[in-house]
Amino acid sequence: MSKFLKVTAAALVLGSPALAEEKFGLGRPALPEEVAAWNKDVLPDGRGIPEGRGDVFTGEEVFAEQCAVCHGDFAEGVDNWPVLAGGFDTLGDKDPVKTVGSYWPHLSTVWDYVNRSMPFGAAQTLSPDDVYAITAYILYSNDLVDDDFELSHENFADFEMYNKDGFIIDDRAETEYTIWSGEPCMENCKDEVKITMRASVVDVTPEEADEGADGAMQGHSEGTVEVAATEQAAEPEAEVVETAAVAVDPELAAAGEKVFRKCKSCHQIGEGAKNRSGPQLNGVMGRTFGAVEDFKYSLVFNAAAEEGRVWDDESMSAFLAKPKGYLKGTKMGFGGLKKEDDIAAVIAYLRSASE
Amino acid sequence: MDDALKAPSRRAFLKGSAAAVAGSVAAGAAVAAEPDPLITELQDWASSLGEGVDETPYGLPIKYEDDVVRRNVPWLTADPISSINFTPIHALDGTITPQGCAFERHHSGAIELSKPDYRLMINGLVDQELVFTYADLERFPRENHVYFCECAANTGMEWAGAQLNGVQFTHGMIHNMEYTGVSLRTLLNEAGLGAAGDLKDKWVYVEGADASSNGRSIPMEKALDDVLVAFKANGEALRKEHGYPVRLVVPGWEGNMWVKWLRRIEVTDMAVESREETSKYTDVLADGIARKWTWVMDAKSVITSPSPQSPITHGPGPMVISGLAWSGHGQITRVDVSKDGGMTWETARLGRQGDTKALTRFYLDTEWDGEEMLLQARAMDETGYVQPTKAQLREVRGENSIYHNNCIQTWHVKTNGEAENVEVS
Repeated sequence: MSKFLKVTAAALVLGSPALAEEKFGLGRPALPEEVAAWNKDVLPDGRGIPEGRGDVFTGEEVFAEQCAVCHGDFAEGVDNWPVLAGGFDTLGDKDPVKTVGSYWPHLSTVWDYVNRSMPFGAAQTLSPDDVYAITAYILYSNDLVDDDFELSHENFADFEMYNKDGFIIDDRAETEYTIWSGEPCMENCKDEVKITMRASVVDVTPEEADEGADGAMQGHSEGTVEVAATEQAAEPEAEVVETAAVAVDPELAAAGEKVFRKCKSCHQIGEGAKNRSGPQLNGVMGRTFGAVEDFKYSLVFNAAAEEGRVWDDESMSAFLAKPKGYLKGTKMGFGGLKKEDDIAAVIAYLRSASE
Repeated sequence: MDDALKAPSRRAFLKGSAAAVAGSVAAGAAVAAEPDPLITELQDWASSLGEGVDETPYGLPIKYEDDVVRRNVPWLTADPISSINFTPIHALDGTITPQGCAFERHHSGAIELSKPDYRLMINGLVDQELVFTYADLERFPRENHVYFCECAANTGMEWAGAQLNGVQFTHGMIHNMEYTGVSLRTLLNEAGLGAAGDLKDKWVYVEGADASSNGRSIPMEKALDDVLVAFKANGEALRKEHGYPVRLVVPGWEGNMWVKWLRRIEVTDMAVESREETSKYTDVLADGIARKWTWVMDAKSVITSPSPQSPITHGPGPMVISGLAWSGHGQITRVDVSKDGGMTWETARLGRQGDTKALTRFYLDTEWDGEEMLLQARAMDETGYVQPTKAQLREVRGENSIYHNNCIQTWHVKTNGEAENVEVS
């Protein structure tokens, strides 16, 4: 392991003048509760994992609720979000599919990452049992366990991942450094040179800010502003009437706040809300589609904005039930809320949180 | 020369420079046909008054430089919250990267963590588990060092061939700053390593305070060697996007290990093998077996000007070819430049002898004959390592890699001065 340091340097360091150095008496002892609160990493041999258990069946439900927005119902990945399942025996192919199943060498990494870093935008909110269940479901989606599998602290350390032997420790010192060294060629190094590939052919370079795509974006937002202004001029009273007519049930709104956690990784609402990967949602109910300034909407939203379509209970319910079905072409990756109660609750929350 | 002026470059910053180009032509060999009104006519700025002090309490670059900004490549990632952008190295010179245009890489967004709310914990195999406040850190002896920080994925898109047309995009996941901080060794000593026993097989796991909990395992030799717990960069507090108030600096090693918003240092007896050191930042070879723990960034160089975003805007005659070189193994000792795609090379001049594990600026002061060029740079470091070609890299590693692409880059400079990212035989 010391190959990356010159032997002399390593000896010097480990010969430990460092350890003989004086102490400064700074800082204070960490309390056990504090260490417990932060020391959550799980080692490959299973040390550090809390007690708990979760099965595939439970995991499927939790996954659908907490993870499927980005990773898909079957861990297949939505848009550019990571694919978690499949890809077996593709690692030697031209475009290897590196998933939890095909690539990850340790189960501890899966549990640890879900536990400390997921869900995106609501990290560290899952219970240990939920993390066990999600991990069990990810294994199931990779065909690594049967549907009656239960993962717990008892069988955790014994589980062997498919690609556990797929890694070697950095060997560049032997395979590369010895070859790529010495006095390099300065003259007549090749007989001829031909261009074999050009970036302009692939054409994936982002355009400059004042041209191309971004220029078009500016056009869009100006258009949106104009539409919104017309809308306001035409129907100010209607909006006021509608807002006034809808009294928000505080209990329903509170339930909606919980459901809204699914939306939070992309949408903000309330004081100081900003656009994230989705637009901020203050005042969305009663507003024209696609009306948030500075947000780059999909074409279908811009078209709806030009038609002057307005978010009301009916349109919002239909959209939240099946976003891509209601507005084909929307960039919103969310699969939809299955329960009508949840939809009504979220709408109540959207109203209350905007106030 | 006329060709160069007529050929419309789509780059915005060229639009305003036509007059300057015309001026430089006049200044070249011939006599000016007419007096230059910028000289003969009274200009507004030479007569009326400029801004007073305090107009901008913390200054930004003048508006004429507003294209010198970080840029991202939206199709690379699913969401800008967990994404990366690129340093505009085509427009910088010298070696220090201003914080405001130094590339950003976040896994769960750039958080706002104040100094009063900051805590740093040392736990695990130490004699006394400790908690430090920010104020505590400032009471330890401090060090100053300049280091480059390069994302392991820098130039990663080029594994598949010439793709992105701009050195900002091909090589801009790098920055170089002067850090002020406390050595990690000092802090580990404060907690005491007696409990760790033999240090040879021990590790230090470092973790950030943001929602990604980004954490990496660092072998103890490195932790006790030159790792810094830094709180200042280029003389001022770290910017939010660079980990305010405290980040780790791991000289010469891949940027992902430079944990931002550093909150915890744990001494362990094995690598944690977290997500970022197994599923990411590992290198799949041609046979599907992957290298892990490939921490060091090998020697690399690139020409920043001319380059696709920084074309030649003058005619034949004197010109400066300039670029950057760096090595995670130590100092850059030499950089060679080729104008013919690697058939012949000449040795460039180093701006000054570079610091170890820091960017080194090189210049080739030369004459342009107005003909096409295939520009390349090739770095060597103090270990004798010579930067490889793309073909050499692919021969050893195959084409499935994402990280650690330190190949020799080629720019095709055309007769009109424009440059394009190409791959050559």
